[in-house]
Amino acid sequence: MSFVLREVSVRHASAAHADLGHALNAVTLTIEQGEQIALIGPSGAGKTTLLHTLACAHPPTSGEFSVFDTQPWTLQHAARHVLRARLFLAPQTPPLPPRQRVVTAVLAGRLPQWGFWKSIASLIKPADPDVAYDALARFDLQDKLYARVDRLSGGERQRCGMARLLVSSADAFLVDEPLSALDPTLSRQTLHTLQAEATTRNATLVCSLHQVELALEYFPRIIGLRDGRVVFDSPRAAVTEAMIAALYRNAKQDASGESLPPAPEPAEAHFA
Amino acid sequence: MKMRAAHPDPAWRGRITATLIALIVLWPMLVASEFKPWILFDAQSLDATWYFLSSFFPPAHSSDFLLLMLEATWQTIAIATAGLTLALLGAIPLTLLATESLSISRLESGRMRIAGAFVRQSARWLLVVLRSVPELVWALLLVRIVGLGPTAGVLAIALTYSGMLGKVYAEILESSEAHATEALLQNGSSRLSALFYGALPAAGSELVSYTTYRWECAIRGSVVMGFVGAGGIGQRMDESMKMLAGAEVSTMLIIFVLLVAGADLVSTFLRKKLG
Amino acid sequence: MNSRRPAPPPVIAPATLALLLGLLALIAASFYSLNIKWGELFTTSAVRSSMEFLQGFAPPEMAVPFLIRVAEGTLETLSMSALGTGIAFVVGLALALPASGRFGAVARGIVRLALNVLRSIPELVWAVILLIAAGLGPFAGTLALAIHTSGVLGRLFADALENLPPACEDTLRLNGAGALSAFFYAALPQIAPQLMSYTLYRWENNIRAAAILGIVGAGGLGQMLKYHLSLFQMQQAATVIIAMLLMITVVDTVSFWLRRRLTGK
Repeated sequence: MSFVLREVSVRHASAAHADLGHALNAVTLTIEQGEQIALIGPSGAGKTTLLHTLACAHPPTSGEFSVFDTQPWTLQHAARHVLRARLFLAPQTPPLPPRQRVVTAVLAGRLPQWGFWKSIASLIKPADPDVAYDALARFDLQDKLYARVDRLSGGERQRCGMARLLVSSADAFLVDEPLSALDPTLSRQTLHTLQAEATTRNATLVCSLHQVELALEYFPRIIGLRDGRVVFDSPRAAVTEAMIAALYRNAKQDASGESLPPAPEPAEAHFA
Repeated sequence: MKMRAAHPDPAWRGRITATLIALIVLWPMLVASEFKPWILFDAQSLDATWYFLSSFFPPAHSSDFLLLMLEATWQTIAIATAGLTLALLGAIPLTLLATESLSISRLESGRMRIAGAFVRQSARWLLVVLRSVPELVWALLLVRIVGLGPTAGVLAIALTYSGMLGKVYAEILESSEAHATEALLQNGSSRLSALFYGALPAAGSELVSYTTYRWECAIRGSVVMGFVGAGGIGQRMDESMKMLAGAEVSTMLIIFVLLVAGADLVSTFLRKKLG
Repeated sequence: MNSRRPAPPPVIAPATLALLLGLLALIAASFYSLNIKWGELFTTSAVRSSMEFLQGFAPPEMAVPFLIRVAEGTLETLSMSALGTGIAFVVGLALALPASGRFGAVARGIVRLALNVLRSIPELVWAVILLIAAGLGPFAGTLALAIHTSGVLGRLFADALENLPPACEDTLRLNGAGALSAFFYAALPQIAPQLMSYTLYRWENNIRAAAILGIVGAGGLGQMLKYHLSLFQMQQAATVIIAMLLMITVVDTVSFWLRRRLTGK
């Protein structure tokens, strides 16, 4: 069992949104090890909050939450940190230091496994450049191995963040909008690589997406979120156009500043 | 799927070379500065240090001594204030001479007359020499001319800081809006009234805030100059160090910290009120 | 009609006026209490003896063996400043970690207080104290520079760290990296340019400071100056002062040029 959430609620992190109520509201979910799930829903639905909650970034305000059959927020700080090494959260715009080289940024995915001295040594001479090369090659970025991060385009930076995911040894990938800066071809390649890796490792993959049609095409299980609540949670075959239309109907325009505007016609995929 | 290709770091050789060069440069530097940390830990120096440090506590606090400290602290502040006042008196005429935008002769031909340029250039050189000699060296020389005591300190601060203030004032006045000044000069006003009605209003707050910052620096400087005999709390500390009176030294260190923090507060306050 | 004209605002606000009067009082009190004997400064005998003193400096000593010793002193001064700044960079960075609140608010308060103490005691005073432990010579000067500069840089580095957007480091931490590893992989590369420019700026300051530290016996050109002045060897002292001026001018020019290169394109 990867994740079990029972009636989990989370308050908005920033005080500015405190009056909006909960970012997640009584969410109940069970996710088996090795499942591949797409999270869809309009902007501000709570997709990012849910991914952060799964990654143990913040404790739920109420409800029960367990990861790999342990309750992270009852653990000691150090034990919880060990648990975090088994989870990999890839944020939407991967925050990478601009002057760092790609090889270092990718190998940073190994940090939880490395001791302190090994990580320092790798700053001076990359510990395993071949691993970073292979990971980048799966996103067609192998030429950028020794380039600086600030020389990459937005899409290349996003895939650089995914390459970090590949070199990590996590058992669950929590990926936030991996396609927001990619064109259709690269989007498919990226989803394909993520899923292949998850399948090989039998890792759980939870991926939030704006592109409903890609979500339906690639993921066997779809969770629709809106206003912090699970609207539907069904196998791909059971998701109807009416359900999607209801999910996105009259969605708020302003809830989330940085993600894409919510799709007025849900079936249409958005590429930035 | 694994392509076992070697992908060596292209920067590696450069890093090795840079490290080697750094080490080769470091070696003579360590020799020149007699860098021998182990002498800190030989028995004799550890004993001396321990003996000295253990006398730090409790800090000296007899009322006689504190009274003496109060007097010395005031003397330090007074040296800094008087020195900076004299520096201002020296810096203002030099600034007027050195500032290009306040030149009348420039208006006529667009270029300055030779004599004007000569005076301006010599004023600039004087400012350079005044500020390049460290204040402590001025103090060391002046102590030999005017004798031990605060007079040398006041003069040393006056000399160094008139150089610094003059240079920065000239820069501030030149970088501030030159239009107003030029218009006034063209309509026949004198250099001084051009300064007061043109340049000063534009740059006033910057001038004030730089001057208060320098006052803060002058306080630190006057502490240090005591060590060459120019009066104030530095001179007292020099005496206490020579007698290895740790308790007195620790009181004075506390006073230093408070004095510097206080000067910092006052100068921030002044900048806010006058700037 | 006159009565309808708005009253002119006071030329100076009363509070500012009071402040200015206070400043004038401070200046007056300073001159009064220092009791400077201006009269004695400008008597003919005083002026004559000062002129004699100054004439003693000319011509500066230019014998080659002495010039070599001055060059050694200059090298010693430069080494002291470079090593002192280098040590301060490492120590300052180490202290900046707790001072930026990474180990809790209590550690932050304590370390910030310590940094303030380190930097409010001038290099020269540190040198005087260190002479006891390190003995006369450039080593005490190097340590004094290192201690004072650690305080200055530690505080600047801590402020830089606190102003850094935390996203990079948080992401690594969230994925299970250790605190120190995350610092070296995320925070440090982001603030590195800032650290370098602060450190170079302090180095420039420290070259000036190193030149005078010797006056209390802590090595470098200052020690030569003090030595020759105390033996009334004015011509040698003049050479040392010229060397100091040259060194400071060269450093200023080089750093001005470097900075324009760096801030220009």
